Amino acid sequence: MIPATYYVVLSGALFFLGVIGVVTRRNPLIVLMAIELMWNAANVVFIAFARAWLNNVGHVFAFLVITVAAAEAAIGLAIVVVAFRRAQYVDVDEAAGLRG
Amino acid sequence: MTIFVLLAIALLASALFTITAKHPVYSVIGLLLNFLALAALYLSLSAEFLALIQILVYSGAILVLFVFVIALLSSGVKPFDSGPNKLPRIGMPAIVTALVAFGALVWGAVQVPFTPSVGPTQPNGPPGAADVFGSVADFGRALFGPYLLPFEMTALVLVIAIVGVIMLASDAAPAKTRGHHVKRPRRVREPITKTKAKVG
Repeated sequence: MIPATYYVVLSGALFFLGVIGVVTRRNPLIVLMAIELMWNAANVVFIAFARAWLNNVGHVFAFLVITVAAAEAAIGLAIVVVAFRRAQYVDVDEAAGLRG
Repeated sequence: MTIFVLLAIALLASALFTITAKHPVYSVIGLLLNFLALAALYLSLSAEFLALIQILVYSGAILVLFVFVIALLSSGVKPFDSGPNKLPRIGMPAIVTALVAFGALVWGAVQVPFTPSVGPTQPNGPPGAADVFGSVADFGRALFGPYLLPFEMTALVLVIAIVGVIMLASDAAPAKTRGHHVKRPRRVREPITKTKAKVG
């Protein structure tokens, strides 16, 4: 029997690894991958609590999260490609095209 | 318990490798290991359908998309291999802040007494049986029964994503700037002080 708290702690560790990746990396692709890590950390808790309370809703919600993560990855990668085609940068530091 | 500890170690190690790897291709490999360990964790939580979806959608679709973009962008292009790959002077503050927030989360999780814990076996029926908790039949009954509206909303989300990606990809940039580097001239502003001096 594994207490549900363990899963919360594991998910938090994964989430904050993703946060560190988003904050410290410059490559937009690795930033997007760290965001995927954060999505998955949320899914771990959904599924762990669904199992703990034997309730399906966590599974449905995790499914929706996977769908939204797929949409986000597609749009993010499209933005990276377009930004690269316009200005040839692959550094999130240089992406200041929206600055007012 | 052993399975949980092993999977947790695999998850954390592959996540660490993902965010510290130098080249994005190595990050993709770390992320692939992470997703496989996650699928195994979902299986141990008797979420069979979601374990399959994790492998199909994440490892099969999203990671391949990442690999395509890396192959598209980094062919013969310098900045992917060279140059500083981390933001300067932000590593330590980021790690300290994340650790503090993580400590707060652990403290909060310990405060709350979660009564249920996750058992080792299938709750209702042997694993592999057709209609147990987390199986396709069980999941489908929930998804197409009471949660049909959120499911249809995901269809809307995907349509919006497709429309957005097509709009982004149908190159809105003018033909001159397409494909090669264009140095935009810095906009030179009139020095305000001189005009003021003239007026004065």
